[in-house]
Amino acid sequence: MESQDSTARKVRKLALNDNILMRVEKPARYIGGEVNAVMKDLSQVDVRFAMCFPDVYEVGMSHLGIQILYDFFNRMKGVACERVYSPWPDLDRILREQKIPLFALESQDPVKDFDFLGITIQYEMCYTNILQILDLSGIPLSASERSWEDPVVIGGGPCTYNPEPLAEFFDLFYIGEGETRYPELLTLYRKARSEGWSRRDFLRAAGCLPGIYAPMFYEVSYHEDGTFREMRPMESGMPARIRKEIVTDLNEVSYPEKPIVPFIKIIQDRATLEIMRGCIRGCRFCQAGAVYRPVRERSLDFLKEKARRILENTGYEEITLSSLSSSDYTQLPELVNHLIEEYQGKGVNISLPSLRIDAFSLSVMSKVQDIKKSSLTFAPEAGTQRMRNVINKGLTEEDILTGAARAFQGGWNKVKLYFMLGLPGETEEDMRGIPRLANEVARVYYDTVPKEERRGRCTVTASSSFFIPKPFTGLQWAVMYPKEEYIRRAHLVKDAFREQLNFKSLQYQYHEADVSVLEGVFARGDRRISRVIRAAYRKGCLFDAWGEYYDDEKWQSAFRECGIDPDFYTIRERDLDEAFPWDFIDTGVTKEFFKREWRRAMAGELTPNCRVSCSGCGAKSFGGGVCFEDPS
Amino acid sequence: MKIRVKFSKIGAVRFIGHLDVMRYFQKAVRRAGIAVRYTEGYSPHQVMSFAAPLGLGDTSECEYMDIDVEMSISGEEMKRRLNEVMVEGIEVLSCRCLPKGRQNAMAAMAAADYRLSFQEGCGPENPNLFFAGLLQFAGQEEIRIVKKTKKSEKEVNIRPLIYSLDVRDSRIFCRVSAGSVDHLKPERIVEAYCEKAGISLPPFALIVHRMELYAKKEDGSLISLEDLGEIF
Repeated sequence: MESQDSTARKVRKLALNDNILMRVEKPARYIGGEVNAVMKDLSQVDVRFAMCFPDVYEVGMSHLGIQILYDFFNRMKGVACERVYSPWPDLDRILREQKIPLFALESQDPVKDFDFLGITIQYEMCYTNILQILDLSGIPLSASERSWEDPVVIGGGPCTYNPEPLAEFFDLFYIGEGETRYPELLTLYRKARSEGWSRRDFLRAAGCLPGIYAPMFYEVSYHEDGTFREMRPMESGMPARIRKEIVTDLNEVSYPEKPIVPFIKIIQDRATLEIMRGCIRGCRFCQAGAVYRPVRERSLDFLKEKARRILENTGYEEITLSSLSSSDYTQLPELVNHLIEEYQGKGVNISLPSLRIDAFSLSVMSKVQDIKKSSLTFAPEAGTQRMRNVINKGLTEEDILTGAARAFQGGWNKVKLYFMLGLPGETEEDMRGIPRLANEVARVYYDTVPKEERRGRCTVTASSSFFIPKPFTGLQWAVMYPKEEYIRRAHLVKDAFREQLNFKSLQYQYHEADVSVLEGVFARGDRRISRVIRAAYRKGCLFDAWGEYYDDEKWQSAFRECGIDPDFYTIRERDLDEAFPWDFIDTGVTKEFFKREWRRAMAGELTPNCRVSCSGCGAKSFGGGVCFEDPS
Repeated sequence: MKIRVKFSKIGAVRFIGHLDVMRYFQKAVRRAGIAVRYTEGYSPHQVMSFAAPLGLGDTSECEYMDIDVEMSISGEEMKRRLNEVMVEGIEVLSCRCLPKGRQNAMAAMAAADYRLSFQEGCGPENPNLFFAGLLQFAGQEEIRIVKKTKKSEKEVNIRPLIYSLDVRDSRIFCRVSAGSVDHLKPERIVEAYCEKAGISLPPFALIVHRMELYAKKEDGSLISLEDLGEIF
């Protein structure tokens, strides 16, 4: 790596003066300069990339994807990548009052001075924060109003699988994994700038690169009833479909060996090993499980080596594994045993992600955690087998109760259960199944652990979120419910908990209904939604993912003012052949496959996972991963 | 072997709070490959203790941390290894070995030297008058201030806690009592003076810089916490 030798520069000047830093909560959010932050000599740099996670520092810094891309960009000669996070409302107010432009952490230079502003879009409720970032940077909110005075604003991350609600605000979207096409994009940018192209010419050429979508060159039309008709490129030569980019061999790409170590406590304050991408399971509600197909694993040797280097370079006292379903990593026992043997005696905690509860996971968990304090997590997602079949969650009641019995015998007495409410075709019996299953788990505790061995009651904590249909899933056709109906269902479940025999051992929590409805609008929204997002932002909506800042009244009035009915996006029935605003994105998994999944869901039929048999989803076309594994 | 590490904290890192500096050093010691002793149990932590916490925003050239290590390298080597893994603004100044039975930094501390200066544009309108008044104020027999705790307010005399106070080049140098019992924040003196003289300074006008921490020897004289340790 070139670069970090220039840290010996004189004391960095901060963008905020002492008076401001002393007034705001947690000033360390804004000073940069953390261990392993890369500060390049800017005289040797010709492309400056500001990488933004549009939420507060402690959330954004916990995101592995940013650490991967930050490292990836900073390995490139002539490129300097810096970080940007959302200023908390206290600083937001000061920046506006004193007209201080938003800055990047490393150089403390204004974001507007950068060549690129990359924004990772991880969840729908950060959309107003994206407008805050643009606004505070002094970048016009609409892509069409920008000039070369502004950075190229490019979005990435899971929400770009339906980028349309944000299309107006972005110059480009990168669809898929960043490691593949960014070098080409930067080469094109250098050529455009050195040859004096117009910004529009650059964006047009960028939009012709694989995986890159330049929304301003596409026009959208709607049917009379308001449903989506089609999207067409307005200029010849632009692709009609954008195919997602993936890394076929994860052992051949870089992985950060010197991740940034924050000064302040963040949400995920530990070393993280990404063991694989994708998921073999095929749960029909899960977008990640579909769009990251096919499953690709990192080799054991690769991970052992990275673990050693990361721990040496960070001094972290904890290491964890990251993937969508770590139990499906084929070499999990070898990896976990290696980490325990190598590091546990050296003051490093091994923190395990949620694993399927079986003999193996219970045995390793008992080695690495304090059983008295820790809890076990199951995600049945639905209360009855019928409903679990609809969503293709292979977990059976027997699996859960056997796992729980094993765990209780092993000394645990706290269990967490995750559910969804409002799944398609959910009946009262399905709802009542949630407290019933929680009660069964508690019963297993009292049946398996003799009185004299119990350490008080067991605690079974069930929590439910409301199901939100996402694009590129088997359930993308599902109808949602009005807010009042979600609340009714949650109350029904809550009341049913009180009727359980073991109710004293049970707890139940449910998510907010109004914010779930809004998330549902964004998830399957179209370009018309951008007006609502802008109107809500102008009314002061910000940090919508934070309960204390979410203001549903402002959102409802924004919908009214824009003449947009949110119900159109949530509770309207969609025809199986309806064209969707996101159909132009090619995730490799075909719409035909999703249609089959929808029909199977309605018939309550399970679809086997990728290792049991191939269901022909289409992801094999990428030429790698689980689709080409030796079936033995 | 108990080691006393002395370090400075200047620049942007002055906005890192005390607990975060502790977390920072726990990781730094690991990065430096220094074998520290851990407590037993499921979440072992390093045996590590710090002298008086520095206020958020203050700078220092005399922060102290005591650690317990299980290795035989020289103090110079330990300092070199630590400085290789420091961030800008934190520099290890010395590593000394604490003889058996010596109190830890926090317990031993009895006094501190500070330098107070004004943020640019935040100084008094008439510096000569201001500092002359301050010197006179500090020289009184008694200085009563209201000390607020979570539960109550009480009036205390802080004059005995001020060992010396001097003004050079528009900066205030003072030696005050420090420790777990009679701890005096130096900015309290200036605040008390301003209140009495009816002078109002903008918020956060003072830059507080800590220069040294001392322990009291048996004969009552002061010795820096660094000099309580031995070169190894």
